[in-house]
Amino acid sequence: MDRSKNSPESESARRPWLKNINAKIAALPMIITALGIFVGCSIWTIVHSFTNSRLLPKMDFVGLDQYERLWSTRRWLVSIENLAIYGICSLILSLLIGFTLATLLDRKIRFEGVFRSIFLYPFALSFIVTGLVWQWILNPEFGVQKIVRAMGFENFVFDPLYDPQLAIYGILIAGIWQGSGLIMVIMLAGLRGIDEDIWKATRVDGIPTWKTYIVVIIPMMRGVFVTALVLIASGIVKVYDLVVAQTSGGPGIATEVPAKYVYDKMFAAQNLAQGFAASTMMLVTVAIILVPWAYLEFKGKKRG
Amino acid sequence: MDKSIEVTGPSGAKPRRRFSRNKIMLYGVLIVMALYYLLPLYVMVVTSMKGMPEIRIGNVFAPPVEITFQPWVKAWSEACTGINCDGLSRGFGNSIQILIPSVFLSILIASVNGYALSNWKFKGSEVFFTILVIGAFIPYQVMLYPIVIILRELGLYGSLWGLVLVHSVFGMPILTLLFRNYFSSVPEELFKAARVDGAGFWGIYFKIMLPMALPIFVVAIILQVTGIWNDFLFGVIFTEPSLYPMTVQLNNIVNSVQGVKEYNVNMAATLLTGLLPLVIYLVSGKLFVRGIAAGAVKG
Repeated sequence: MDRSKNSPESESARRPWLKNINAKIAALPMIITALGIFVGCSIWTIVHSFTNSRLLPKMDFVGLDQYERLWSTRRWLVSIENLAIYGICSLILSLLIGFTLATLLDRKIRFEGVFRSIFLYPFALSFIVTGLVWQWILNPEFGVQKIVRAMGFENFVFDPLYDPQLAIYGILIAGIWQGSGLIMVIMLAGLRGIDEDIWKATRVDGIPTWKTYIVVIIPMMRGVFVTALVLIASGIVKVYDLVVAQTSGGPGIATEVPAKYVYDKMFAAQNLAQGFAASTMMLVTVAIILVPWAYLEFKGKKRG
Repeated sequence: MDKSIEVTGPSGAKPRRRFSRNKIMLYGVLIVMALYYLLPLYVMVVTSMKGMPEIRIGNVFAPPVEITFQPWVKAWSEACTGINCDGLSRGFGNSIQILIPSVFLSILIASVNGYALSNWKFKGSEVFFTILVIGAFIPYQVMLYPIVIILRELGLYGSLWGLVLVHSVFGMPILTLLFRNYFSSVPEELFKAARVDGAGFWGIYFKIMLPMALPIFVVAIILQVTGIWNDFLFGVIFTEPSLYPMTVQLNNIVNSVQGVKEYNVNMAATLLTGLLPLVIYLVSGKLFVRGIAAGAVKG
């Protein structure tokens, strides 16, 4: 089979596709996935988002109608608003909590391994499990509210999942609980990568520890922060299971998110093109986040 | 606070009194945070071992007065989803049946991909790889419906094998990256020596690369087992109700509107579903962290 090893140059000159033929065959699943699924399916969906497909996909183009309808649907607007609230809050809180925990663990403490395991274990659990757990903790008849009332505060009210204004923050609490451990691990790896000499130098200069973190360490960890940011951001757009398990989008439509809108339109409401248009908007959102990052990464590599 | 002397950390030569106060603060914050992270698990474990009357009157944090494993038994073999009342055991069986071939197939494909990409580069291989990695960022929702059509054409829609294929496809970017980076770090001389000895593509893969890459295979297995076990979206879309994986069945059991909410059974069911990834996490420790760190590199 492997004739190319005898005289690679002449063989590949005569029949270029035969060169490395085994590697090409082996890479076939990857090629099919990359072109057929990632590129092909995405283009298919984008194209069909300009049609008026309902129960079945059909090539009946209606221009931007689906997008106009999408952006005048209250449920979609609520979804986008929720995604923005959830996204911004979880970005800030995950970074803050993740970095704080990492710095605390990096202070040469005892039982570091135990603490790290505790902070990270929720990440091993699925969003379904996470959502259900926090549904109970935040349930007024079972969780926090009941406990505080039992302690004597009869009028204490804490039922975020039943209040349309607050419900999304209830989901946020669960999301942070599940994901902040991951950010901590990434930050900790970043902190461990910083040269001991830097610490020695700042100590010699008499700079307080907290100031060293803010002025010296954080700027040095720019790359780690960007990675964490991209990681959180790309997870946020996909948020779906958590909402399904914790609130099913309720109360009313208070905790709807775009991924759920897409699923419901495609698989429950038989309004395919609406689902396609909504998912295309999700893709656009990801592109808006990723393109600047990829640009920066690429530029950085070129320089280095 | 004698141990403060041994600490040669960044906060080295500061006055000792302030130093130990800092330490107390440090541990205080860590313990409070640890409680926040542990609380839900504790509540679930405790509640799952109480009877319903005790739950109604008692405090959620109180340990069970009478320990009972009845809720666990019920969750495993009697809990109802719709008309099926054979408990979570069915979902567990389905998840195992999905898990084993998915993990095997996805890792097989990705390891060969990674090997081809690092040692047998061909024209365009980097382009495909770049598309693959960028593809990891595309929201699944964009590709779901066309994949339904493809699977239907292949006659696999609704079957376990369809889901296995989907898991293999979506696991490919991160796993390929993992293996490509690993194989790239293998010394080139080793590969060249094997070539001189007349070994070909598959020979080198099976005789040299595979045995050497065992640690990275373990990382990949951990990554895939937790990822596939925890999947909900693909399970609900690409299988039919009788084949639903455990996560989907759990959600259906707990969020079913009919009947009285049996918190103890529901929490036992939730713990049962979370048990496998939790055990893997606790047993694998550092390797788990390595797996997600690899995921983090992907971004």
